Amino acid sequence: MDLSSINPVLLVASIMISATPILLAAIGEMVVEKSGVLNLGVEGMMITGAVVGFAAAVGTSSPEVGFVAAAVAGAALSLVFALLTQVFLSNQVATGLGLTLAGLGLSSLLGKPYEGMKSPTLPKLDIPVLSDLPVVGRMLFSHDMMVYLSMVLVLAVWAFLKFTRAGLILKAVGESHESAHALGYKVVRIRVAAIVFGGACAGLGGAYISLVRVPQWTEGMTAGAGWIALAIVVFASWRAGRVMIGAYLFGGVTVLQLNLQAAGAKVPVALLSASPYLVTIIVLVIISARGAHAAPASLGRSFHATR
Amino acid sequence: MKRRTLLASAALALSLGTSAFAADEVTAGFIYVGPVGDGGWTYEHNKGRLAVEEHFGDKVKTVFQESVPEGADAERAITQMALSGADIIFTTSFGYMDPTIAVAAKFPNVKFEHATGYKRADNVGVYSARFYEGRAIQGHIAGKMTKTNKIGYIASFPIPEVIRGINSAYIHAKKVNPDVEFSIIWAYTWFDPAKEADAARALIENGADVILQHTDSTAPQAAAKEAGGVITFGQASDMGEYGPLPRVSSIIDNWGPYYIDRVQAVIDGTWESDDTWDGIGKGMVGIGEISDAVPADVKAEALALKDAIAAGSYHPFTGPLKKQDGSDWLAEGETADDGTLLGMNFYVEGLTGEIPN
Repeated sequence: MDLSSINPVLLVASIMISATPILLAAIGEMVVEKSGVLNLGVEGMMITGAVVGFAAAVGTSSPEVGFVAAAVAGAALSLVFALLTQVFLSNQVATGLGLTLAGLGLSSLLGKPYEGMKSPTLPKLDIPVLSDLPVVGRMLFSHDMMVYLSMVLVLAVWAFLKFTRAGLILKAVGESHESAHALGYKVVRIRVAAIVFGGACAGLGGAYISLVRVPQWTEGMTAGAGWIALAIVVFASWRAGRVMIGAYLFGGVTVLQLNLQAAGAKVPVALLSASPYLVTIIVLVIISARGAHAAPASLGRSFHATR
Repeated sequence: MKRRTLLASAALALSLGTSAFAADEVTAGFIYVGPVGDGGWTYEHNKGRLAVEEHFGDKVKTVFQESVPEGADAERAITQMALSGADIIFTTSFGYMDPTIAVAAKFPNVKFEHATGYKRADNVGVYSARFYEGRAIQGHIAGKMTKTNKIGYIASFPIPEVIRGINSAYIHAKKVNPDVEFSIIWAYTWFDPAKEADAARALIENGADVILQHTDSTAPQAAAKEAGGVITFGQASDMGEYGPLPRVSSIIDNWGPYYIDRVQAVIDGTWESDDTWDGIGKGMVGIGEISDAVPADVKAEALALKDAIAAGSYHPFTGPLKKQDGSDWLAEGETADDGTLLGMNFYVEGLTGEIPN
């Protein structure tokens, strides 16, 4: 087996590109679920973010504007979900699935004029000193800003939930909305804010696929990434750090198995092909084997102040 | 009482409706594996559908469902289409083979056409194009143009159609460049732009400077363009927006004439289950313009090869050829028969790696 053709520096760079969209979507969805809301519309919000971000980046020739627009679009779509589930108390599962379908349809409509077009891609950052370090510089410190932003976001979400009062309130709402309500917290308002945050993150994740990972617009291009993000939240037992491990494992093994195939590794392809799913699940289950890892107690339940 | 009348009149209206409908127009249904905007395989099938609409005008109505997963869910989608009154249904991916046969058994009056498969029934015909003819031309250009002597191939599923393409491309690349090596990635998907781009990137990072793809989206083209110094070929559709580089040529599937022909047969009542397998000669496989990035002499050779294949004077699988394990396959001057090609499950000599099961 000759694996010398795999260049570790390029491999790590590819892994980061592959993991970032799922990480963004998953960390957003984690916050939503922490507040007690199950939004199955991640795929729909991602693809909407992908198309809107692409369109905005092409229109303004600025990928940064594209990402902002994608976040706004994802948030706007999630606001529809928030309105239906939080105000009109519709079933969250059905509404989330509907959101995915609506997002897929909307994006293919919006995306028609953009098929086959090229967009400006995000420049790689050149961090003084760090980027110039041998090997490590290229491997870890020469990516585009969204890679780092996604990591900062994970850290921020972790700190928010662990150390801030607002984070505690959010968790309280997710664990027992009646108690939170009795204490005088605005359950619906808090949940809407969480949903919008999740939508914006999913939008960013989608835009990362259309602006950096592929980079182009193709109908249906997220191809299930939103569902992977949802699954990772569950297997990570609603912990920010584990979500990051999960996303990087999945993205990492996906890219690694493709590289092993390209290098001609003598491992059965069927096994390689299934490995991202297997490895991610096994590792996260082992990590979560001890300690508290239950879902937020009010997850998926509708709340109305009169009940 | 009231409700019964209502039901009866509804039933009457429904039966009137369907009979009037049947007399007026023929409905042709299409089941697609990806979205119509994939820029490749499904895009071309949809172009064929639009050609049917344009040709027949009001006489034919077409319906389609996109992004239908291969496997059990396909059976539901095809059944739904048959129930909604389609007279002929084209199921346009290999993985719809068994679902198509299963649904066809339940709807003996509906005609079915399954693309790229090999199972037939009285009301199920099969059709495919000899894509391997186009692959021969790609292999020739790839072998001539590679500088690293490494050619990357993004394969989808290990089915005969895909294996034929790999073999044909390899034979012709090897013929013009004995040092050439193929790295093959099995993506296990027809359509997943992010994964296709990742696969292209992995091949390029492992030293390939030519990327051949047997997946449906233009993502590998985008990845190759970003990497630079890599050439690609449009798959199923011209993908001309990526020319002149990285895309230097393409295989174009041209289904329109076949679809028009088969729908006409339904209208005339002459439709019969058949087995169509046409190539460059009949126009079902087109070769997209070879861009200026290809040296003039290579382009001329490629076009000569195309003409020879079209005229039938050259068969891409002509002996002497050995199988990967070194056993003899075709003797000097012998050409492969269609049966072997349709069931091809082996690599030719020189390819490395194993075909997954």
